[in-house]
Amino acid sequence: MEKVIEIIESWGGRKDCLIEMLQDVQGHYNYLPEEALGVISSRLNIPLTQVTHVATFYSAFSLKPQGKYRVAVCTGTSCYVKGATQIVEAFERELKVQAGETSPDGLFSLQTFGCKGCCGIAPVVTVNDDEVLGRVKSTKAAKIVKELRDREGH
Amino acid sequence: MDARLHVMVCSGTGCVSNNSLPVRDALIEEVAKRGLQQEVRVVLTGCHGFCAAGPVVLVQPDGVFYQQMGPKDVPKLVEEHFVKGRPYTAKLYVPPAGGQPIPKLMDIAFFKDQLLIALRNRGMIDAESIEDYISRGGYQALAKVLTSMTPDEVVTEITKSGLRGRGGGGFPTGVKWASCRKAKGDLKYVLCNGDEGDPGAFMDRSIMEGDPHSVLEGMCIAAYAIGSTEGYVYVRKEYPLAVQRIQIAIKQATEYGLLGDNILGKPFSFGIKVRRGGGAFVCGESTALMASIEGKPGEPRAKYIHTVEQGLWERPSCLNNVETFANVPVIIDRGAEWFASIGTGDVSTDPWGGSKGTKVFSLAGSVANTGLVEVPMGISLRSIIYNVGGGIPDDKKFKAVQTGGPSGGFLPESLLDLPVDFDRLVEAGSMMGSGGMVVLDEDSCIVDVAKYFLRFTADESCGKCTPCRIGNVILLDTLEKIAKGTATLEEINRLEQVATDVKQLSLCGLGKSAPNPVLTALRYFREEVEEHVREHKCRAGVCRDLITFSIDPKTCTGCTLCAKSCPVNCITGERKQPHVIDDEKCTRCGSCRTVCNFKSVVVQ
Repeated sequence: MEKVIEIIESWGGRKDCLIEMLQDVQGHYNYLPEEALGVISSRLNIPLTQVTHVATFYSAFSLKPQGKYRVAVCTGTSCYVKGATQIVEAFERELKVQAGETSPDGLFSLQTFGCKGCCGIAPVVTVNDDEVLGRVKSTKAAKIVKELRDREGH
Repeated sequence: MDARLHVMVCSGTGCVSNNSLPVRDALIEEVAKRGLQQEVRVVLTGCHGFCAAGPVVLVQPDGVFYQQMGPKDVPKLVEEHFVKGRPYTAKLYVPPAGGQPIPKLMDIAFFKDQLLIALRNRGMIDAESIEDYISRGGYQALAKVLTSMTPDEVVTEITKSGLRGRGGGGFPTGVKWASCRKAKGDLKYVLCNGDEGDPGAFMDRSIMEGDPHSVLEGMCIAAYAIGSTEGYVYVRKEYPLAVQRIQIAIKQATEYGLLGDNILGKPFSFGIKVRRGGGAFVCGESTALMASIEGKPGEPRAKYIHTVEQGLWERPSCLNNVETFANVPVIIDRGAEWFASIGTGDVSTDPWGGSKGTKVFSLAGSVANTGLVEVPMGISLRSIIYNVGGGIPDDKKFKAVQTGGPSGGFLPESLLDLPVDFDRLVEAGSMMGSGGMVVLDEDSCIVDVAKYFLRFTADESCGKCTPCRIGNVILLDTLEKIAKGTATLEEINRLEQVATDVKQLSLCGLGKSAPNPVLTALRYFREEVEEHVREHKCRAGVCRDLITFSIDPKTCTGCTLCAKSCPVNCITGERKQPHVIDDEKCTRCGSCRTVCNFKSVVVQ
C-alpha cells in the first residue's frame, strides 16, 4: 500500500481531496482495493463507511478489478439513436460477458457510459478511455476485439 | 520572422479519432522537406465544430477550409496551396446537395449563419499557448476591469448585457453576481461548472479543450466583481484532455501574473484549482457539485438557503457554467449594449425579460452537418437544422428535435419555427438545457427515446428524495410496458399524472425536469404512443416486441452477408438466391439490416 500513501501525500492528505485520491488509486490499480480504502480511511481520519459511500456513489470507481482493456460503448443520446444498443449486444456476444462485467481471463471489461462528447462521430466506442473509435458498426465488434487480442499476442 | 501561413489542424476528439494527428505529422514533415519551416506554422487547435467533415484543416490568413484530410493528401496540399498559392481543390468542401467546391470557410453554409462569441477562438489558436490567446485580444477585458472599473460597475455591466446561465437554468448572471457580492463573508468562491453531463452535449468540453483561457479570464473577472480570492473548476472525469488543458492554462496565467497574488500589479488576488468529477450526472446540480468538491457524495440539498450566501464549505459561492464564463470577457470588451442588441426580448429593466447573445448547441443525431454551432438567440429551430445543419440525410423524414438532454423534451415539426429562447423553449415543454440538440428522423421511436432518457435519469437519480427515486422508476416501467404493447390506455393517462407529480415534488433540478421527455412525448406524439398499445405497432420499427424482420425476395441478391452476421443463425438461403429469416429464432437485433447493402431487410 506504499503507492496509496504516496497518492494521499501528493494531495497533501486533505479530506476534501478524497475523490481525487480515489481517482488516482483507481488509475493505478485499475480498481479500488478494499485495503486501500482502509488505509485512506485511517490516514484521513474519515470513517470507512464514509469512504465507501463515496467509492460506491460515483460511477468512476469500481470495487472489483477491471480488465486490461476496458471496452466502453457510449450510450449517449446520439449514439443511442444511431444503434448503440446493437453495438453493446454485439460486444456481449463477442466477449461472452454482459455489460458491466469482466472476462474471466481478466483481459476485457465491457462497459457503457453516458457521453464522451464526440456526438459528431456517433456511435462511439472507447478503449481504456483515451482511444476513441467513431462511426462504429455492430458488425465491427469482432474485428475490434480481435485487434485487441492481437496486441496481446493471442 | 513571422510565418506567412498558419495551418490550423483540428485536434478535437472527433478529428483525432479520424486520424488528424498523422495529418499534422505529415504536414510538419512535408513543410520541412520543402524548406518552408520559416514561412508555414503548423498549429494543433481545439475543435473547429464541423465534426462531420473531419479531419479538418484551416489555412490562415487565407481562410481556406479543407475537409476529410488524410496524410496522403498532404504533399499535394503543400504543393498546390503553400507553394503555388492556389487552393487544393480535391479536398475543399462540397455541399451535400452537390455543386462547386467552396474554398472559404466563411462561405460554407455550416459556418455562415453562425455568430461566434463563446467560441470566438475556435480553430484559431493553439489551446496550449497563452500567447495565442493574448494575440487575439485575450486578457484585455481583465486588464480593463482591474484598471478602469469598480466591482459594482462590472456587476452592472453583466446585468445590463442580459447574459443568462448557459448551463441550462437561464438564471441572469449579473443578478447572481450581485447577490454573491452582497453576501457576508471574508472568503468567497467562484466555481466553474464543467460537469457537462447531458448526453448529447459537448460545448463545454470544446471550450475547455480549445480555449481554456477564456474560461479562466471570465472566472477572474467574476472574482473581482464579487470579491472572491479562490476558485474551482469542476470537470467531469470523462474529459481528461479538458482537465489537462485547464491545468496548463492555470500554470501559464499564473506565470504571466494574470492569476495569483496582486494580479497585474493591482491589490487583487485570485487562484484557481481543478477538481475532477467522479462520473455522476447529478453533480451538474449546484449543491451536489459543491458537496463533490468537498470530497463528499454528490447529493443535492434543499435550496432555501441560497448557495450565493452559503455554498461551498458554507461560504458565499458563485457558480457559473463554462460557456457563461467564456462570454464574460467579450461583454466587458465590447460592452453590454452590443451584447444586448443580439437576441430576443428587452432586458433594460428586467434581466429576465429576454434571451441575449448567442447559444452554443451540439447538433447531432440525424442531421447532415453534425458538430458544434453557435447561433444568435432567437434563430428558429428550422434554421439551425436545415441551414446550418444541412437537413436530414438519406432522404429521411424529420420526426422531432430533442433539446436540453434528459431534462428537455421532444419538439415536433409544427414547432420548427419556434425561436430559440430560454422562455419559449420552456413554454413548449422543453428547455434550453446546456445545449444538446439531437435530431430524430422517422426511424426513431418516441417511446423508445423517452424510455432511453428515463432509464438514464432513473439510473442517475441520487436517491435522496422519494419522488425522483421512485417516481422515475414508475415512469420507466410504464414506458417499458408501452414498448412491449402490454400497457393499457389508462396507464398512459396515469403516466401523465405521475410525471407531473415527480416534476412538482422533486428536490432538485434533476427530478424536476426528468419527466419532460415523457410529458412532451404525450403532448406532441400521443398518437404514436397510443398506437403501441392500441394496435401493437411501432411505426419506426424499433420496439422489438412489436416488430418482425423479413427479407424482400425481389431486392435480395443472395450475397450471404446477412446470414454471416446473424448471431443466432436464423437466416438461411443459397448463395445468389433470396434469403429467408426464421421469425421464431430471430431476436430482432438488427444486425442483418445494418449489413445489407440493398435495403432488402424489411421491418414491420
